[in-house]
Amino acid sequence: MPAIEILGLEKTYSVGFWRKRPKRALFPLRFTVEDGEVFGFLGPNGAGKTTTLKLLMGLVYPTGGSARILGREWTDPWVKAQIGFLPEQPYFYDYLTAHELLEYYGQLSGVPAKQRKQRVEKVLDQVGLRDVRGVQLRKFSKGMLQRVGIGQAILHDPKLVFFDEPMSGLDPMGRREVRDLMEQLKHEGKTVFFSTHILSDAEALCDRVAVIHKGELRDVGAIEDLTSSVLGKVEVIWQGSQVPASIKALGAECHVTGDRVRAIIAENQQDAMIDALRRERLRLIAIIPVRTSLEAYFVEKLRRAETTAGSVA
Amino acid sequence: MRTRIGYIASNTFREAVRDRVLYNLIAFALLLSGAAILVGQISIEIEKLVVINLGLTAVSLFGVVIAIFIGIGLVSKEIEKRTLYTVLSRPVRRWEFIVGKFFGLAGTLVVNTFFMAIGVFGALFYVSHKFVRADALILVALYFIILEFLIICSLALLFSSFSSPLLSAVFAFSLFVIGSFAEDLRNFAKMAHGVSGLLATGAAYLVPNFSAFNVITSIAHEQPVAGQLILQNSLYALFYAAMALSGAVLIFERRDLK
Repeated sequence: MPAIEILGLEKTYSVGFWRKRPKRALFPLRFTVEDGEVFGFLGPNGAGKTTTLKLLMGLVYPTGGSARILGREWTDPWVKAQIGFLPEQPYFYDYLTAHELLEYYGQLSGVPAKQRKQRVEKVLDQVGLRDVRGVQLRKFSKGMLQRVGIGQAILHDPKLVFFDEPMSGLDPMGRREVRDLMEQLKHEGKTVFFSTHILSDAEALCDRVAVIHKGELRDVGAIEDLTSSVLGKVEVIWQGSQVPASIKALGAECHVTGDRVRAIIAENQQDAMIDALRRERLRLIAIIPVRTSLEAYFVEKLRRAETTAGSVA
Repeated sequence: MRTRIGYIASNTFREAVRDRVLYNLIAFALLLSGAAILVGQISIEIEKLVVINLGLTAVSLFGVVIAIFIGIGLVSKEIEKRTLYTVLSRPVRRWEFIVGKFFGLAGTLVVNTFFMAIGVFGALFYVSHKFVRADALILVALYFIILEFLIICSLALLFSSFSSPLLSAVFAFSLFVIGSFAEDLRNFAKMAHGVSGLLATGAAYLVPNFSAFNVITSIAHEQPVAGQLILQNSLYALFYAAMALSGAVLIFERRDLK
């Protein structure tokens, strides 16, 4: 059973004061997230990531479509007891201490009093806030607030957690800690759905990702599959000190180092390259697949989307 | 077992206490003790009248100001600061949030009124050196003031559920002022005819009738309050607050939290 099934969720807002006009924030969205996955929801700022998360949390209402979470309608109150949510740049009741806030959220989540005490203590340890448990949140730094945010999201031991830009505004150490925590959640068998525009985080953590841009879903899949489908390249190395014209004609990007030539070429040109090397009687040393970065994929994908939109217009 | 409404209410109360709302009691105490000392020195046989009038009016005004200024921010501030997101993403229904907030604010005002009432009785004892049976009527006036607060809290929440804090404050204060002259408005409506008469009658009965809750002057003159008025005011306040709260819930249930 998938952890999340998004079945055509869409959202159109009315904007303007006197003359209301529709503004589409999200086109019908369809994808599933499997149980136990770390799933990245990628897109530039304003792509529709937060709108999607707000729809799933019941904070905004969809114009159409529906979703199922853990096999039930996403609006079912039972579902809300099974999920945790960290909003983007979270802000909490700053007159409370970290301990009081977690206690309060535990009460609202329906954690029984006996377990609640243990859970609060455990989570304070887990997110490294034990020493400041009695300090009011108004004295916390941004990084500490993010930890509180993660703490409240996992407090009631949810099966599924939603993080909206969890690394946003954190220093490298903070980001590393959040990554570790997400990996730990995965090892505990939880499903993690997180939105980000920081691609290195997605590359480091995700089993699969979905890419959204201007409210439209562009791709869903494993990072390897997505990157190879768009920009699959290979590195070809042969012995020599010059690049023959027949190889240059294939559009290869060549670098000569000593008696070796390295050429980066599109995957579909690989056979033509080998033929050319044979014809030129050059000694092939290696063919190595080049793993395209998610960033390169992302730039390419969004560039294509812009071009398509431009040509349609 | 405590409910989610109870947890939200006690957190709202805690917020008011930590935001030093109860500090208004210091100002109240200073005002009342100053007035009591001053009146005690003048001593022209009206000390008691002045202290009751001044004390209860201050209780009412201090409470109204608190009810409006906290009430208008109860929902809009939570949306603006996004603290609501981590509450409503839990198994908390939107109506539970609104009702919890209402009880939290009402509880704050009841506690505040309790301490101010101690102040009023203290000042009364200072000027008259004894309590008489008729002084118990002050409790009725305090009860009516609390009923008034319930209506104002619910109205502030209603406006807060769809409007900005500034506009909510303007609406709530306007209704409080108009409602204080509700009897005059109703008498005026009786004199009007036709469509304007209907509109005036509708408006006169739509605004909260706060004038019915003001028994301060008659109590200061030791005139008893009819049991029927107590019952009538109790039912009216509960009905009005329930209607305003329902309106707040209806609006908030449909609202997108952008």
